Amino acid sequence: MINWWSSENFWRKTAIWVTAFMLAVLIGLTFHSVSAIQAGTHRVPAYSVINQRIDYRFDATRNYMVPVLGEEAPLFGKKLSAEEAEALVTKGKLTTQAKNCMNCHTLLGNGAYYAPDLTKAWLDPGWGSAAVREELMLKFLQDPGGNPRGFGSGRRMPNLGITEEEARSIIAFLKWMSSIDTNGFPYNFKPIKQEG
Amino acid sequence: MSGVLDSKNLNGGQRLAVKYFSVAVVLFLAQVVFGMVAALQYVMPDLFYDVLDFNVNRMVHINAMVVWLLYGFIGAVYWLVEDEAGHEVVGLPLGNIAFYVLTAAVTVVVAVYLLVQTGPGEMQTIWLINEGREYIEAPRWADIGIVVVMLVFFFNISATFMKGRWSGISGVLVLDLVALAAIYLCGMFFTANVSVDQYWWWWVIHLWVEATWEVLVGCIMAWGLIKTLGARRKIVTTWLYIEVALMFGSGILGLGHHYFWIGTPEYWLSIGGFFSALEPIPLVAMVVHAVYDAGVHKFKSANHPALAWLIAHAFGNFFGAGVWGFMHTLPQINLYTHGTQWSASHGHLAFFGAYATINIAFFYLALQKWRGDVWMASGLAGNGWRWKWALGLLHLGVVGMTVALLIAGYEQSFIERAIGGSSWQAFFEAQMHPWFVMAMQWRVLFGVITVAGVLLLVWDLLTIGARETRRAEFVTEAVSS
Repeated sequence: MINWWSSENFWRKTAIWVTAFMLAVLIGLTFHSVSAIQAGTHRVPAYSVINQRIDYRFDATRNYMVPVLGEEAPLFGKKLSAEEAEALVTKGKLTTQAKNCMNCHTLLGNGAYYAPDLTKAWLDPGWGSAAVREELMLKFLQDPGGNPRGFGSGRRMPNLGITEEEARSIIAFLKWMSSIDTNGFPYNFKPIKQEG
Repeated sequence: MSGVLDSKNLNGGQRLAVKYFSVAVVLFLAQVVFGMVAALQYVMPDLFYDVLDFNVNRMVHINAMVVWLLYGFIGAVYWLVEDEAGHEVVGLPLGNIAFYVLTAAVTVVVAVYLLVQTGPGEMQTIWLINEGREYIEAPRWADIGIVVVMLVFFFNISATFMKGRWSGISGVLVLDLVALAAIYLCGMFFTANVSVDQYWWWWVIHLWVEATWEVLVGCIMAWGLIKTLGARRKIVTTWLYIEVALMFGSGILGLGHHYFWIGTPEYWLSIGGFFSALEPIPLVAMVVHAVYDAGVHKFKSANHPALAWLIAHAFGNFFGAGVWGFMHTLPQINLYTHGTQWSASHGHLAFFGAYATINIAFFYLALQKWRGDVWMASGLAGNGWRWKWALGLLHLGVVGMTVALLIAGYEQSFIERAIGGSSWQAFFEAQMHPWFVMAMQWRVLFGVITVAGVLLLVWDLLTIGARETRRAEFVTEAVSS
């Protein structure tokens, strides 16, 4: 006699039911999660957030740093409509894919580990001060070989033929990405000093 | 004649399988060559600067890996389908055309990666050059081609089982192929929203590597154990169902461990942490299963290299995917390790242990039959030193790289993350720390050992059994335990 726990039939049914159940749960959670991360939600702000200052502060209830949207601070000094902002960030995201950024850098911690994470690149203290940040980023992206930022490591970003228009859009994308609530990742990050 | 490669020794599906295997071996070589260059760039950052930069080498390194593993899996399925179905492959000419189309497409994609590399920030770049999303960089035209080829493959396999006979193994296999193909579609769209992008990107990467690929190799392994050891089908099939239940039971929601930090809600911290912590359990089951079967049958096998690589698969899968994955899967730890060399350490051992090993086992099974069922048990020419040394060097090389990268990852977690606060400066301080630098030098050394292992493996694959006159003495499937 075959015990139930060693019967082929029992385990076939178990495999089917377990798989179906887990898949149903995943699909349910996916509906919720995908709607919770649309641009314009409190976790993932609208693209027009590039018109505002983005701070990064400690939240005592959640016990980690969270992005905080501040006063008006348009990127490159020019306030954009919601549509213009979306078009610019979209162009920036497309450029990060076209230039294969993810095979050296990480975005939200995913990618390759040869170059720094870009999640909070906009807020990185390495730019010195908020006053010169945009200018430095523009210069760096268009001529990374001539403006190395390897902090003495000898690593240089290659020249990827990034145009000024593309560089501006990449910066818009990075600014928007820095406003995403990433549950405290990266840990212990100290943002650039911003006046006011 | 015995010992000579002769396609008359193979059935139709197997003739197509050896084509897939041959290309897989070439891509395996490409994987380690470009991996080696990328590894060298960590210690010599000026190497090939602005000519063949790290991003290109790394992309070819991981893409060649994904594609050769897929070629190996497809080959393995074509290899076993006629035997398992008791029927010749339905629509084989179409399958042959699909192979040539896919191989031509892969060649063009790699040539464009190397010669064009990147493009302007326009949709045409995504369509023609590079999609810029790790692991699935292939441009959109190639994605569509891959889907068409997969449909042909699926047709060949499912139609053959329908005309022939079904079994537990083939039932699981066909359903798994449906899921594997459907999941790929989740990676074929562009969105500006990086959180939504990564949400669906992980459906492809995770649900392939940590769910459907695992079940696919479970099926291949089940058939392999029957063939190499003569394991009883009933036991193997029951184990396969248990493994599917455990694998999908943990792996589907284990997807959540990629949703800790990409903008997704906080409930994923608990769900992802819990279920991904369970993911090693099916891998333990697979080890128990393989070792039990091997022990019961006293390791008697007509193909020693294949059996050795199957056992290597069972342990490699458990340590690489299971233990190395578990080490940094809980969010409390992952907060510090996410996006560091920890992931590279885990990636190297897991892909090698779980997937490269079982493909290599099938290469040996294929060669034995291709050469006319030649002797491949003990007492090979030179005592089989080539396959044994290849096995040893590959394990030494990959384990060495894994440990070196793990040390680098630990150092990064402490110095860049916990102390440095994850700024760009902290990143580079960690990269210049002597512990990190030394780890990267060790990685290069073990990389060289890995390349030596691959070269020896290829040499062995080309020559094993070549002048062999003895016939193999196969074990047959046991009828009683």
